[in-house]
Amino acid sequence: MPDLGKYAFEVLSAYGVSLVMLALLVVLTLRRGRAARATLDAAEREAKRDG
Amino acid sequence: MSIWTYANPVKFLSLSARVQPVLWVLSLGCVAVGLIWGFFGTPDDFRQGSTVKIIYLHVPAALIAINAWFMMLITSLIWLIRRHHVSALAAKAAAPVGMVMTVIALLTGAIWGQPMWGTWWAWDPRLTSFLILFLFYLGYIALWEAVEDPDTAADLTSVLCLVGSVFAVLSRYAVQFWNQGLHQGTSVPVATGGRSVSDVFFYPLAISMVGFGLLFLALVFYRTGTEIRLRRAAALRARTMRQP
Repeated sequence: MPDLGKYAFEVLSAYGVSLVMLALLVVLTLRRGRAARATLDAAEREAKRDG
Repeated sequence: MSIWTYANPVKFLSLSARVQPVLWVLSLGCVAVGLIWGFFGTPDDFRQGSTVKIIYLHVPAALIAINAWFMMLITSLIWLIRRHHVSALAAKAAAPVGMVMTVIALLTGAIWGQPMWGTWWAWDPRLTSFLILFLFYLGYIALWEAVEDPDTAADLTSVLCLVGSVFAVLSRYAVQFWNQGLHQGTSVPVATGGRSVSDVFFYPLAISMVGFGLLFLALVFYRTGTEIRLRRAAALRARTMRQP
């Protein structure tokens, strides 16, 4: 860990906030993508069943 | 092969499936290398101390925040002129990514500004235009959610995107338009090539910028695929419901 001196709180909070936001963006994107695939699969099954 | 081939959703999904693994690996690799190198491997600045390490997040996020809007502008224009659904969905997919990047740029800017300028916020031209850009992102996303018919939503959001582009340009060039305010000029002017950042800070910054750019592309490809699938599912459901 580098010595951040008197600005340790500012630097660490900037990294913390940003990395959490980026991680949330990626995780929510992947979750929504998986849900969309499931929705499309269900709709295709319904369409096939109903001819 | 023409670029318009990829206006076909099936062709787009096929291209997306091929490029995404490369984009994800490269983007996460570059972001990790840029941030780790910047955080652990660079010295303090003689004036800004360790706060200079915030540059590896703040500048790439701001770069993507502005350029995401330009990407949305181009895809919105393609929708308005050529009516390709994939382009409208790509603009829709990019908006939340651009908004998150704008929030990161605003927050890291405030956190950096407090010790350097003595204030979290000032009504400086660049800061203010960035705040307005954030509000445009919010409005754009809200408009997509508010309008039920997807084609009408695409039309209205495309017009909003054209209007918001003025603020994206202002965000980019605010420090040149108004020679006042707290925010410094561009440290890494891509067009002119001259830069005020020394090599020891520039190399990890450049890697981080490339990483954020590739991450934006990976996210937009993935999210556009999601929007295409949701649209296809809605069309299938509507067709099933219409059948007697």
